[in-house]
Amino acid sequence: MKAVITVTGKDSMGIIAAVSALCTEHGANIVDISQTVMQEYFAMMMLVDLDRMRTPFGAFADELEKLAEKNGLKIHAMHEDVFNSMHRI
Amino acid sequence: MLNTNDILETVRMIETEHLDIRTVTMGISLLRCAGGDPAGLADRIYDTVTTRAEHLVRVGEELEREYGIPIVNKRVSVTPISLVGAGQDAEGFLRIARALDRAADTLGINFIGGYTALVPKGATESERILIDTIPEALSSTERVCASVNAATTKAGLNMDAVARMGQIIRRTAELTQDRQCIGAAKLVVFANAPEDNPFMAGAFHGVGEGDCVINVGVSGPGVVCATIEKCPDAPFEELAEVIKKTAFKITRMGQLIAGEASRRLGVPFGIVDLSLAPTPAVGDSVARILEAMGVGCCGGCGTTAALALLNDAVKKGGVMASSRVGGLSGAFIPVSEDEGMIAAAKSGCLTVEKLEAMTAVCSVGLDMIAIPGDTSAAVISALIADELSIGVANTKTTAVRVIPAIGKKEGESLSFGGLLGDAPVMRINRADPSRFISRGGLIPAPIHSLKN
Repeated sequence: MKAVITVTGKDSMGIIAAVSALCTEHGANIVDISQTVMQEYFAMMMLVDLDRMRTPFGAFADELEKLAEKNGLKIHAMHEDVFNSMHRI
Repeated sequence: MLNTNDILETVRMIETEHLDIRTVTMGISLLRCAGGDPAGLADRIYDTVTTRAEHLVRVGEELEREYGIPIVNKRVSVTPISLVGAGQDAEGFLRIARALDRAADTLGINFIGGYTALVPKGATESERILIDTIPEALSSTERVCASVNAATTKAGLNMDAVARMGQIIRRTAELTQDRQCIGAAKLVVFANAPEDNPFMAGAFHGVGEGDCVINVGVSGPGVVCATIEKCPDAPFEELAEVIKKTAFKITRMGQLIAGEASRRLGVPFGIVDLSLAPTPAVGDSVARILEAMGVGCCGGCGTTAALALLNDAVKKGGVMASSRVGGLSGAFIPVSEDEGMIAAAKSGCLTVEKLEAMTAVCSVGLDMIAIPGDTSAAVISALIADELSIGVANTKTTAVRVIPAIGKKEGESLSFGGLLGDAPVMRINRADPSRFISRGGLIPAPIHSLKN
């Protein structure tokens, strides 16, 4: 399964590094990544492959949530199929 | 790679516009419990429900985490108890109600529907006994929901049942007076009740269904409202288009979750209910959608037309997004569960009469309306008769879920908390209809019921 991770919030140094490190730690392989900063507002989207995950998806999402809280960000991790079914016919 | 805007749109829908799956409801047939020792029936029902739905809550929570979309309610509906318990006496039916309540508690779900009688043309003795036990069943349990189908377009309107239900609703409210008359909020009287409705309090598992199914109700008034606000001056064709597109996306989400829930639970997928179900939260209101279209205040002139457009567009957009659509499918207008409706009712702009007109063009009926505590049973019955007539004549589902606010009068309110919200006590026409109600019998089915 693949998941989409979105990170939004005020820009600061090392956001991508922190999220990527967490992905590596849990065995989530980054397939694609795009990010932009608009007027100090940071938005990143990441497609990750979870087939070689070492922890259950729920625990990984919890960790992401902790990271979000610590850095004043909003992080969502959702199954890729949500987007595929909503936006593609 | 997925389109960035699409991803952000979905995240925004969930984060700020209250997009959620309103309910994943497992329908369970209890017909196989009916055989065997009548004394053991309640235990067999408890065992069947708790075994079938054992993993419902766990799987629901798993899906929430994995797909990142809230699933607000996980619930169970069962075969109408009047059929399963045919032959039981009043105590037997109450034992079943308590067993259902216990089962819901064990499963960790907030409501279980199916304390139901289907009596559009006439009632059997068992059905009459079940109806008589509703006040006690609902006041002595917490999670059981009851419904009575008292009319269909095919059969007509069973006025004996309607007369009785006025008394039953009042009695249920009286018995739960110390709990904001909550009993009446768990009781619905229907015309043309659907057999696969996943929404409470009217959910039951019809006899035309299989052993077990998963039905899903989607939601998203906030998402629709946000879309409409983006086109303040668009002509109606354009408005209908944007609503359709939004409804499509919302429903696809419902279909995805329904399919996955069905696969993981090993239970066939039933239907997706294309409903716009509000909550008392700000930004999750159907009334506010109508106001965003340009109606000054929900209940003012133009409200019915706006609602008709909304309801039609939601269905048109949703129907292509799901492999099977059913249930109530349409915009809900429960007063106490909708922040905008509450405000409109309090200001006096929204009246019971206008709500009745609105139900002619949407799903589902006079829903979650608190009426003065001294309203007579005959007036409640007459209100039911009016509402069900709209359903019968228009071949659609209509329903009544009114809560007599015992000890309270117009201007006060009932506070249920949670998704049931706050109900301002609304004015109701008190002209005495008792001679009309006491006639008894059946209002014949309309001519267009003869289709063969």
